Amino acid sequence: MSNADQPRFAGTTVIGTARLIAAKDLRVELRSRVLLNQVLPFALIVMVMFAFALDSDAVLERVAPGLVWLAALFSTLIMVSRSFAVETADGALDQLRSAGVPAMGIFIGKMMALMAQLVVLVTLLVLAAVVLYRAELSWAGSVLLVTTGLTATCGLAAVGTLYGGLAAGAKGRETLLPLLLLPVVAPVLIGATRATESAFGTRGVSTGQGWPWLGLLAVFAVLFSVSGAVAFGPLLDD
Amino acid sequence: MSTVSHGHDPASLEPVVDLCDAVAVLGSFPALAGATMVVQRGEIVLLSGPNGAGKTTLLRLCAGLVALERGQGRVLGVDLANDRELVRHRVGMIGHSNGLYGDLTVTENVRFWGRTVGASESEIDLAVSRMGLDGRLAHLPVSRLSAGQRRRTALAGLVARRAELWLLDEPHAGLDAGGRDELDSVLKMAATAGATVIVASHELERASKLATRQVEVVAGQVRKVAGL
Repeated sequence: MSNADQPRFAGTTVIGTARLIAAKDLRVELRSRVLLNQVLPFALIVMVMFAFALDSDAVLERVAPGLVWLAALFSTLIMVSRSFAVETADGALDQLRSAGVPAMGIFIGKMMALMAQLVVLVTLLVLAAVVLYRAELSWAGSVLLVTTGLTATCGLAAVGTLYGGLAAGAKGRETLLPLLLLPVVAPVLIGATRATESAFGTRGVSTGQGWPWLGLLAVFAVLFSVSGAVAFGPLLDD
Repeated sequence: MSTVSHGHDPASLEPVVDLCDAVAVLGSFPALAGATMVVQRGEIVLLSGPNGAGKTTLLRLCAGLVALERGQGRVLGVDLANDRELVRHRVGMIGHSNGLYGDLTVTENVRFWGRTVGASESEIDLAVSRMGLDGRLAHLPVSRLSAGQRRRTALAGLVARRAELWLLDEPHAGLDAGGRDELDSVLKMAATAGATVIVASHELERASKLATRQVEVVAGQVRKVAGL
C-alpha cells in the first residue's frame, strides 16, 4: 500500500467526519434559528388548526396521537429540505465529495443533527397535545412515549437524510421530496401513532399494547440507517 | 505558505498530473477524447479553450470526480483508472461556487474544511491570516462578505486542507478588480510554497499574466501547449 492509499489524518475517519458534520449542522441551526423561528411555530400552528377543524374535545383526545405524528412528518419535510439547502446553496455538498470526505460520515452526521432537532420538535408537539387536546400521560406511558419518540425520530432522520440527499441534486427538489418521503414513512406514522395511543391511554388502550409497535419502528430505523449509510456515497456521486 | 507542502516527498520528483490519451465520458458524450498533459510541481497552468471544450471535465478528472474510461492518468502518484477516490483529499477544487456556509463565520468555515483532514487550530489560524482574513473579518458570517472575500475564504479552506493540487474553474468570475488582484497574489504564493495550480479561464489576458504555462483544450483534446 502506497502513501496515497492511507488516510493521513484522523479527521478523515467516518466517526470523526460524522461528529464534524453534526456539530456544523447544529451550529448552522443555532445561528439561523430556522428551527426556533419557523419550524416549531409551523408545527404548533398545524396542531392549532387541527383543533379548529375538528372542534370537539372528545374527537381531539381520540385522534391526538395521529395528529402529533402528522404534524411531526410535515415539519420533518421542512427540516430535511432546510438541511440540504444549506449544503447546496454554495456547492458545499459537491465540495465535501470532491474533498474525499467519507460519505458514510456525512450521512451519519446529518442524520444525528436532524434527529436532535426532531427530538426537540416531537417533545414540543407532545406538550401541545397535552395542553390543546387534553391528552393524558401516566408514568408508564411516559416511558413508552420517550422510547417511541427516540426510535421514531431515528427512523425519520435516517430516511429523511437518505431521500434529502437523493433529491438534493434534482430539479424541483422542493416538490420532489414530499413525493418521495411521505409514502416511505407510512410505517413510522402507523407504528408511532399506535404506540402513542397506548402511551396516552386513548380509547382505553393499555400501555403494554404499545410496546410491540416499537418493533416496527426499530426495524424501520435500523433498515434505513444501515442502507442510508451504505448507499449515500454512490447516491451523491450519481 | 508552509501549510501547503506536506509529506509526500518520495513522489515529489514525478509529475503532479500525468495524463496520456485520457478519455472521460459524460453520459455517452466523450468530454475528453484523448487528452495528454503533464504538469510539474509548483506550476501554474492556464487551461484555455471555448465553452464545451472539456476544460471543466479535465479539472474534474484530475480531482478524481470523473472516471477515466480509457488511456492512462496519474495525479499525485495515484492511478486514476483504479484508485481515483484516493486522490480527492489531496486535491482542492473550487468551481463557480465556493462551498461555504453562509451562517458560519470565516474562521468557522475554514476550521470546518481544515478539520476534514484533521488540521490543527494553529494551521487553521495560519490559513486565515495568510489569506488576509484575520481581525474583524474572521468573525463575520460569510453571508455578509463581498464576492472577493468569499473566494479568499474558500481558498483559505484549501490552505487549511493542505491541498497539494489546486483546481480552479473560472476563479476570477464575479470578482472586482481588487478581488482579482488578491486572488492572483494568493495563487502565486501557493505555487511558491509548493502547491500546483491549474486554472480554467476565459479571461486570458489576466490569467496568462498569472500562469507559467498555457494549455489549450479543444474538442476534448489538448491542442496547444505554450510557455508564458
